[in-house]
Amino acid sequence: MTAAVAKSALAKSTAHSIVEASPRAKAVASSLVILYAVISILPLLWIGATAFKSQSDAIAYPPKVIFEPTLEGFVNLFTVRTRQTPDFIAKLPPPETWYDKLVRQHDMVIAGPSKVVPRFVNSLIIGFGSTFLAVFLGTLAAYAFSRFRIPLADDLLFFILSTRMMPPVAVAIPIYLMYRQLNLTDTRLGMILLYTAVNVSLAVWLLKGFIDEIPREYEEAALVDGYTRLQALRKVVLPQAVTGIAATAIFCLIFSWNEYAFAVLLTSGEAQTMPPFIPFIIGEGGQDWPAVAAATTLFVVPIVLFTVLLRKHLLRGITFGAVRK
Amino acid sequence: MADVALRNVSKRFGTVEAVRELSLTVNDGEFLVLLGPSGAGKTTTLRLITGLERPDAGSVMIDGRDVTHDPPGSRDIAFVFQQYSLYPHLTVYDNLAFPLRSPARRVPEPIIRRRVEQTAELLHIASKLSNRATRLSGGEMQRVAIGRALVRDPSIYLMDEPLSSLDAKLRAELRLELKRIQLELGATILYVTHDQVEAMTMASRIGVIRDGQLLQLGTPREIYENPSSSYVASRLGTPQINFFPASLLSGVPVPPGTETVGIRTEHLRLAARNGGPMVGRVHRVEHLGEQNHVHVDFKGESLVTLADPHQPLHAGQEVELSLVHPLCFDRAGRRIPAMVH
Ligand SMILES: Nc1ncnc2c1ncn2[C@@H]1O[C@H](COP(=O)(O)OP(=O)(O)OP(=O)(O)O)[C@@H](O)[C@H]1O
Ligand SMILES: [Mg+2]
Repeated sequence: MTAAVAKSALAKSTAHSIVEASPRAKAVASSLVILYAVISILPLLWIGATAFKSQSDAIAYPPKVIFEPTLEGFVNLFTVRTRQTPDFIAKLPPPETWYDKLVRQHDMVIAGPSKVVPRFVNSLIIGFGSTFLAVFLGTLAAYAFSRFRIPLADDLLFFILSTRMMPPVAVAIPIYLMYRQLNLTDTRLGMILLYTAVNVSLAVWLLKGFIDEIPREYEEAALVDGYTRLQALRKVVLPQAVTGIAATAIFCLIFSWNEYAFAVLLTSGEAQTMPPFIPFIIGEGGQDWPAVAAATTLFVVPIVLFTVLLRKHLLRGITFGAVRK
Repeated sequence: MADVALRNVSKRFGTVEAVRELSLTVNDGEFLVLLGPSGAGKTTTLRLITGLERPDAGSVMIDGRDVTHDPPGSRDIAFVFQQYSLYPHLTVYDNLAFPLRSPARRVPEPIIRRRVEQTAELLHIASKLSNRATRLSGGEMQRVAIGRALVRDPSIYLMDEPLSSLDAKLRAELRLELKRIQLELGATILYVTHDQVEAMTMASRIGVIRDGQLLQLGTPREIYENPSSSYVASRLGTPQINFFPASLLSGVPVPPGTETVGIRTEHLRLAARNGGPMVGRVHRVEHLGEQNHVHVDFKGESLVTLADPHQPLHAGQEVELSLVHPLCFDRAGRRIPAMVH
């Protein structure tokens, strides 16, 4: 009896299961992953740190790892300031807020808010708006391609894919001219439409893969039970495609959030997004690296949040369509 | 509940004729089983009745009404699919409630609750109602799938091999339950299977189908005792019926035109040698527990029959064979009625 127990314990400690990696292999694997994570996250951390440095700390050499954090970068990012003589500042009434005070230390006064907030809002509206539209249209199209007999379906799908074969910027000039004619230049609507057009082909292809994986018997059961096609789509297909929808949404958002070339070309004021705006910060009053870093940090946050929120679906989503078959 | 009828229905997929000129009436309150091998067109037949497929020709009638062009939702049919019957994103309760929540029906929630609980009770899954549909054993899933049909009170239940993925014990159990439920509810059921035991035990009538054609329709007894063709005869009975060339038989009276003789266990007697003309040699005895399968070599053919475990038979032994009213078939496999004595 005890011998048997001992024997089985022995077997457990020596035999390597096929599915379970050995502790050593696990340790090596995890240290590699951690190393890689550190290497890739270091630049981001550096940007984050720079956002809280003073201008002199930011350009100090050797670089300062330990420094006194300040919100100067953020204040400079959110405000427009004018330089004044110390006499002028001394004559002013005492500063009303902590940021007024901070600015005056550098012989400046706040002249007004900067454009960062409207630019950021533009990015949010255009990024999420075009993502929503692309995923919405993509889902409907993918469902139709997956479920109905569509004449020339393969050719149409190839055509949809082919719109992505050329780099979008290659058509920049025709689009610029077209947008001018249509009065869509420098409008949020114009940017949303443009990014949707670029993203929707990707969305159709990705989502078609996911929807193909959902057995059609599920909807058919709903149809037999008296649901309409649209209700079956909403109650049966969408809940099961949520993984694919989340993955697709992230891909679309990343594209439109980061897009630079069209944004530079087509927006200058009203509809300008963050990517073309950030370089402007450098130019305003010397090389204000903390302000640039602050802007970049701010810029990264929504994507990180969005990805973290959808993370649960995402991991399965990315492998789901690809691995099977 | 109502009558459901197919009239000369045909359906082809490309070059495959899945269903050919099929006519079939399921009477009110009847448990009709379609029995056929894989690819026979069983699922297609059910899908045609539901309206998930459109027939190329022929019509579908429910209660005398032509529904051939009606959408599935308006036909008042409950369908248990062969696979993928449960929604993985819903609980067992919501899966069962799903058909009742259909906007076409608008059943109030309290009534849904009662129906779902009754059905769960009936299928012994009441304790699993709050489980996720994916957190069930195969047998439980199958019950929920059947339950999704039973919560409704449709004109007909269509069931596509609902027990096929279960182990033998559970299948036997659910077979009995299903038959009991059908009698209790007085339900009209069209049930599809390739399992002869399911057909024999549950059916009021069996339809044997092959290559999209209905070969014979009748009570289990009729089909078993009076198969219209050698194919139908081969679908029923364990061990499978033996076919033996009539020309090799001596001293057995067969009607003219008989090409093959179908010999089931009950048509074949084995005895010790006593000078009769038909002598075979026991080739192998398979012990299956409650019974023995005996393989007998006779004139170069092998016959398999059942034998009492107590009958002392062993390989190599010579035995005397005699036939009692075997089934006779012509060259094309059609049944030739036995001679009237
Ligand atoms: N959607 C389809 N497209 C093309 N061929 C099909 C389609 N559905 C069925 N078939 C063909 O029609 C024939 C009958 O298929 P069906 O599914 O009705 O068989 P079955 O009797 O249900 O078989 P099983 O017992 O394996 O479920 C088969 O040859 C099958 O390949
Ligand atoms: Mg089938």
